[in-house]
Amino acid sequence: MDTSDVVITGIGLVSSIGEGVEAHWQALSDPAFRPRVDARRFAPYPIHPLAPVDWDRQIPKRGDQRQMEPWQRTGVYAAGLALEDAGLKGDEALCSTMDMIVAAGGGERDDAVDRAVLAAAPRVADAGVLLNEKLTTELRPTLFLAQLSNLLAGNISIVHKVTGSSQTFMGEEAAGISALQTAVARISAGQASHMLVGGAFNCEHPEFLLLYEVGGRLLRGPWLPVWQRGVATGGGVVLGSAGVFLVLEATAHAKARGAKAYARLGRVAAGSAKRGPEYAGRLAGMIAQVDPKRDGARLVVSGASGATGPTTDERAALDAAGGMVARVATSRFGHVKEAQFPLAVAVAAIAASKRAAPAPLDAAEEGIFGGDAGLILATTVGYHRGEGMARVEAVPEGDGRA
Amino acid sequence: MNVQVRRARPLAVVTGMGLVTSLGSGKQDNWAALTSGKSGIRRIKRFPTDHLKTTIAGMVDYLPASNRGAGALTAELAETAAEEAVAQAGISGDFDGPLFLAAPPVEIEWQHRLALNATLNAGQADAPLLAASRRAGGFEDIFDATQFGTIAQKLMDRFGTRGLPVTLSTACASGATAIQLAVDSIRRGETERALAVAADGSATAESLIRFSLLSALSMQNEAPHRASKPFSRDRDGFVMAEGSAALVIETPQSAKARGAKILGVVMGVGDKADDFHRTRSKPDGSPAIAAVRSAIADAAIEPQQIDYINAHGTSTPENDKMEALSMSAVFGNRMGELPISSNKSMIGHTLSAAGAVEAVISLLTMREGRIPPTINHDNPDPAIPLDVVPNVARDAEVATVLSNSFGFGGQNVCLVLAREPV
Repeated sequence: MDTSDVVITGIGLVSSIGEGVEAHWQALSDPAFRPRVDARRFAPYPIHPLAPVDWDRQIPKRGDQRQMEPWQRTGVYAAGLALEDAGLKGDEALCSTMDMIVAAGGGERDDAVDRAVLAAAPRVADAGVLLNEKLTTELRPTLFLAQLSNLLAGNISIVHKVTGSSQTFMGEEAAGISALQTAVARISAGQASHMLVGGAFNCEHPEFLLLYEVGGRLLRGPWLPVWQRGVATGGGVVLGSAGVFLVLEATAHAKARGAKAYARLGRVAAGSAKRGPEYAGRLAGMIAQVDPKRDGARLVVSGASGATGPTTDERAALDAAGGMVARVATSRFGHVKEAQFPLAVAVAAIAASKRAAPAPLDAAEEGIFGGDAGLILATTVGYHRGEGMARVEAVPEGDGRA
Repeated sequence: MNVQVRRARPLAVVTGMGLVTSLGSGKQDNWAALTSGKSGIRRIKRFPTDHLKTTIAGMVDYLPASNRGAGALTAELAETAAEEAVAQAGISGDFDGPLFLAAPPVEIEWQHRLALNATLNAGQADAPLLAASRRAGGFEDIFDATQFGTIAQKLMDRFGTRGLPVTLSTACASGATAIQLAVDSIRRGETERALAVAADGSATAESLIRFSLLSALSMQNEAPHRASKPFSRDRDGFVMAEGSAALVIETPQSAKARGAKILGVVMGVGDKADDFHRTRSKPDGSPAIAAVRSAIADAAIEPQQIDYINAHGTSTPENDKMEALSMSAVFGNRMGELPISSNKSMIGHTLSAAGAVEAVISLLTMREGRIPPTINHDNPDPAIPLDVVPNVARDAEVATVLSNSFGFGGQNVCLVLAREPV
């Protein structure tokens, strides 16, 4: 293994399933596992809500917790889990030189204030004046920062003392794809030695459902696994809440500090190809580029959103490649937007370290995987734009964590 | 931690620049206004200002999209600046390099919320807009406007950039980060050229109120053009503004092969996150100091070689004090005579665009041999004994500039720019 190879030495995961690597693997490898779905709270839209979290465990100061809306809190919590998992939590020297790229959305608004404006708007002459009055008097001053995109990274610096460089990428799934692509490229080129990369999404807010439903993208009615949503009502997306962070290191850096790796992360292929009749072919081209030499079956951890068109295209591309056996992360976690690609890579890294595939949710749809899970393809095709793929490969025994 | 060996990496030169601010569209108009000490800050006309504590801004009110909402205006600002930069660089056909876009976060705009609300008679539902969307069907145009990736996609399609474009935010340092990412990609040898664009057309009532609630904005509404007064004793906050900038950054080999004129060099980039507070810097200024030192080290020069500082200089009590302290820590006694001026005194704070806007102005400063002033400097802060190039532009030989960008969330990014390779 080349010393400038990039390895994953820490994974922080919190989701509807629970928290931590082992709890997630236990669930995902259990043939009896069923996703945690709440069909009532935002009916007719099912969601995968975050499992109960004891925030104090990673964000000890209540004052800090109050300065963050749930998506920021979820991300800061997952970042803490990742640092702890990598053995870097509280390591002042390594955290102060650690570079960070966060994939973030934002805009977790005060729903009560928005509703008050909308309720009053039809009765006033000038909605602009009403808006000024309501927002000036009713918005919490601290809300702006608690929902601001780059403040997830800002809070990670404050809470976990990660203070190398700090960058926030935006743009739905593409944010997470670019974040990992840039991190791998930087480490491989010697521009960084160790990095914290990830994102978070909270679906339990009407605003975040609205952002999809304004374009008719959400699945309505009973939950179905992603591959089966072609027949469902609505647009096919079921949202989930999750925080996902990875610690990436140069192999040499990890070895020097005696850190064990889950897996090696290859260069990330990324693009934003035009959607249309040729899109499935473009995805097939990307698969061939990332995974050129293959004999036998290949395990895929897919971040397919469930959105009708692109999900059909991704499946067609995988089918065309032949021998691809996919485990759809989104069927288990829900669609987690900016955190989607980090999640697919995290699940692939855990599976690679175990050299085992997650159990199929439905063997008829997902198939039985009988091959070597030491090399896994992680994919994410954006619900509206952007696509990314990477190879996640087990490290030699002795360097690994399993 | 940047451990890439410096001598092994390509140099990053600038061959095209675009600039749009409240002072005008294009480098020429902006340069004329900046060097004559003109202010672009005006009373807000775009939306009602009743109930607002701040009623002034540096808005771009002359573009077709100026009244079509933050997303549409940000997109037009980005496209206008990119067009100027790409044309100056002499690139026709596909740009064929990566795109890095600094832009403000996107939310559903109030005009769209109100329009959606109007489609639903019963405005009292639990989630009225969600119900309206479900009943009335897909509003694809509103959907597209709320995607953070939309503007970058437009630029990608228009200019033929390569790969998945990156949209980023490091708050008020975003523009500098876009340049940093472009330089990083060139240094890695991934590309011969990259396009860095930064745009912000988000001076809406809601964002004004949000900054106002943080007590960040100037309330000196009586004389708008006098409100932004960085480093003055009576400064009371920044003035929100709109604008954009774009830079074509490439290797000297690529520039020479095309016969393109080299306008300047990005010699060094440094950054350092602050863990002290969400809006305030560590009282000893150590993160900002570290960012400056790391930019200078990355450029492989000594602090004595910096001829001029293009300040972040927001006109907030906190920033200007901390920036002066940090610069004194790095440059010592030289700070009494090292010129440092703030473009924001004239154009206000263009937020996501500021780092790139000020990088373009820094490069113009070197090329033209003239330093734009800090205007409204009639009442100097005795605690900040700096040469702020008060009120009047100054002719000067400037070969190397330090350009500072500091943002909420502990973001500190500094650029070392040079007229020619040092």
